[in-house]
Amino acid sequence: MKSAILVFPGINRERDMARALRLASGHEPTMVWHAETSLPKGTDLVVVPGGFSYGDYLRCGAIAARAPVMAAVREFAADGGLVLGVCNGFQILCESGLLPGVLMRNAKLKFLCHDVHLRVERSDTPFTQGYNAGQVIRVPIAHGEGNYAADDETIRRLEGDGRVLYRYCAADGSIGDHSNINGAARGIAGIISERGNVLGMMPHPENHVEDIMGCTDGRGLFAGLVEHLERAA
Amino acid sequence: MNQPNTHPEITPDLVASHGLKPDEYQRILDLIGRVPSFTELGIFSAMWNEHCSYKSSRIHLKGLPTKAPWVIQGPGENAGVIDIGDGQAVVFKMESHNHPSYIEPYQGATTGVGGILRDVFTMGARPIACLNALSFGAPEHPRTRHLVSGVVAGVGGYGNSFGVPTVGGQTRFHSRYDGNILVNAMAVGLADADKIFYAAASGVNMPIVYLGSKTGRDGIHGATMASAEFDDDSAEKRPTVQVGDPFAEKLLLEACLEIMAADCVVAIQDMGAAGLTCSAVEMGAKGDLGVDLNLDAVPTRETGMSAYEMMLSESQERMLMVLKPEKEKQAEAIFRKWGLDFAIVGYTTPTERFVVRHGGVVMADLPIKELEAQAPLYDRPHVASPLLPTIHARDVAQPMSIADTLETMIATPELCSKRWVWEQYDHVIGGNTVQRPGGDAAVVRIEDGPKGLAMTCDVTPRYCEADPYEGGKQAVAEAWRNITAVGGRPLAITDNLNFGNPERPEIMGQLVGCLKGIAEACIALDFPIVSGNVSLYNETNGRGILPTPSIGGVGLLADFTKSATLAFKAESEAILVIGETQGWLGQSVYLRDICQREEGAPPPVDLAAEKRNGDVVRGMIHAGTATAVHDISDGGLLIALTEMAMAGHIGAQLDAAPAATLPHAYWFGEDQARYIVTVKQDDLLGVMTKLRAVEVPCVQIGVTGGDSLAITGERAVHVEHLRSAHERWLPGYMNSKN
Repeated sequence: MKSAILVFPGINRERDMARALRLASGHEPTMVWHAETSLPKGTDLVVVPGGFSYGDYLRCGAIAARAPVMAAVREFAADGGLVLGVCNGFQILCESGLLPGVLMRNAKLKFLCHDVHLRVERSDTPFTQGYNAGQVIRVPIAHGEGNYAADDETIRRLEGDGRVLYRYCAADGSIGDHSNINGAARGIAGIISERGNVLGMMPHPENHVEDIMGCTDGRGLFAGLVEHLERAA
Repeated sequence: MNQPNTHPEITPDLVASHGLKPDEYQRILDLIGRVPSFTELGIFSAMWNEHCSYKSSRIHLKGLPTKAPWVIQGPGENAGVIDIGDGQAVVFKMESHNHPSYIEPYQGATTGVGGILRDVFTMGARPIACLNALSFGAPEHPRTRHLVSGVVAGVGGYGNSFGVPTVGGQTRFHSRYDGNILVNAMAVGLADADKIFYAAASGVNMPIVYLGSKTGRDGIHGATMASAEFDDDSAEKRPTVQVGDPFAEKLLLEACLEIMAADCVVAIQDMGAAGLTCSAVEMGAKGDLGVDLNLDAVPTRETGMSAYEMMLSESQERMLMVLKPEKEKQAEAIFRKWGLDFAIVGYTTPTERFVVRHGGVVMADLPIKELEAQAPLYDRPHVASPLLPTIHARDVAQPMSIADTLETMIATPELCSKRWVWEQYDHVIGGNTVQRPGGDAAVVRIEDGPKGLAMTCDVTPRYCEADPYEGGKQAVAEAWRNITAVGGRPLAITDNLNFGNPERPEIMGQLVGCLKGIAEACIALDFPIVSGNVSLYNETNGRGILPTPSIGGVGLLADFTKSATLAFKAESEAILVIGETQGWLGQSVYLRDICQREEGAPPPVDLAAEKRNGDVVRGMIHAGTATAVHDISDGGLLIALTEMAMAGHIGAQLDAAPAATLPHAYWFGEDQARYIVTVKQDDLLGVMTKLRAVEVPCVQIGVTGGDSLAITGERAVHVEHLRSAHERWLPGYMNSKN
């Protein structure tokens, strides 16, 4: 696996992401500065990590979406390359048009950092093949603006096409207001693009890959990606 | 375009409005032999206020122990530095941002966090954890909810964006903080032991470089405000509060670490309190050099700023550096890459003068060393607090059963869960937070391990108020105990001394008493002070806060996998209490919150017992015989047991209080030097034998198991019921309207 992690000013979870990718694949990812105009040759996974790009002083992710490197990412995605955006990365992917919708402020208007449960909605994608469909995983969130919203038609299509991969749920897998931690439409925590090669999600699987964190449920996502890419190679 | 500087006449009123007393002004006249210019008066007020000069506390701080073989840098630099082996060093400090946070809670808190982070990375360390100690007024006070909400959002707003995990701290409520809250922020960073950066400039004619954000008119006289009492008009001081920009600070961090790694830096000093003045003077004075500043080169946010304003601005996210001349271009390129301002604003000189030029005119020309060294130094009169009587348990009412009392106490503002606070802080970023908030001490893995750092913030202000000396000892002992309870070896502390008006002998007596206790505990526990901050004049309308010397402790775990947590781990394990339980109710939470009495002497701290008991507990953790460990502090034995049960989702069968001790004193007394430890039944005999051999008091009080806390002869209480009561108060309070 040859992964590239984008670094915008204000991004701060790039090291966490690099560790998760290294542990899963045995390969060190390349850090790619926002001012670059191309991705390293042979890149087979682009990751947009979490943080506060440009301070999130405008709409979250809006400035990063217009950085020089994003043109190369759009091209990469158009060629079917895999793109993973987590937290601020999800916001950036939405703002750059690679994913539909927008992340609004959490319903209770506060930044939240705690573990959440996610239901893996399907396991036949590169981003979920390390899990079973319907499996409940536990990963942390750390965001103030993770409240996913889109127009009714977009939501209908996302649901109809099976593009919701991760959904906030309770520990027993049940879904409803009791499990919707930030007010996201239909409890959406992560979606893929129409073509299925771009995933954006708010929670941080990269922070639950080692025993020391008391939970390793995030590993499946990275293990699945490695498996997919190795098979493709 | 520069507007002409205005030079108001130096009148006694103008001098007084700069916080300088007539005798202090006379000192200035004697020192320079003439009337100071307006800019010079501003510089003196910045350097000689309490916040920067420590003029009331300095002579008493000298008594603190600051040395140990592992101390690389003690107090006097931006932060303290300790050696943790393998070529690694830990850099840390705690600092207050009390006055600004009361006036403007969000920005006051953000800039408090920003300032302390800067102190740590200025020395070459990447911050790996933040902690904080917050003291608010009574919940009933009309401003408390607003202040809690703003301060917590501000602490999180800065740390979350900057990208450092906020892993621990304290939050308390007491009416004595009604008009004067405390926001104490601590930052901890990791550096290479041989690559620590200091403030002292070296070499004549070296360029002094300004880095970071532009200078604006914000925060002018912030440090002077922080050195005065509050009155009802303090809200009008809002313009003296600075505005934080965590994004700029994140860029500054990355840029600073990059130019340090490229070996460009001779000296570096952050612009904190009193901004450009304090940082430039320190660089020169510490290096036995003069400084010649050209303010025309300072990047400004607005036009027409005067020399006076630029010298006193406390705009955030700024640094001053002396660069190696041959590396200047490389350093500039790094700063440009991060989009930060970079300007040469002066040079070092051989004259030991501090010269400030603006528009071609010399606005200040002062002796640089004397600005620091000749600051007033006061041995203010102090009277010791009167000793309070010991409260006997038989004289303390038992209005409720033990079970009812437990249900009440676990849900009080003092003892309730502070989850509402720390869930607004990103405490997992970095992927190294081994023990999250809610335990005795936070544990953060160092890089890829196996080492870990244990960190905590502690003080019990009601003890310090009742007996400053014992309270000072207790604050240090509790920090030491919390680090021990997770298996860490306590290494060093930072202290943040928050007190009232030092011009009142009884307040000065509290400071002197606390410092005496702190020093004694530091010596007994081999736990030196490497950095700190003093915040005085925490008063409103003549009433002081509870004396609050916050202690931030750092300890080392050789292997973080050999740390203990407080959660009960399994059913049928023996529950042991290590240390002596006599049932001390004076100044206890029980006495205050159940009996409405804030009375009596606080529990005495036997430092020899602390050391002996703690060393034994740490040994049990490392040997693997302790399955869960918790120190016993606020609320006493039964509260500590409940916290262990709630964390582990396991109840306990507990023996009744021994006949010699009244039940309320036994369960809720706050005797010091105690821990609860659980051990497997198979290990019990061996553990007890060993403890007896070293003469450490230890009794088995019950076994883990079931889903309730069941004391023989008392109504059993469900653990989940206790948990919901414990979790309910703070969110309920914050969500309700006044």
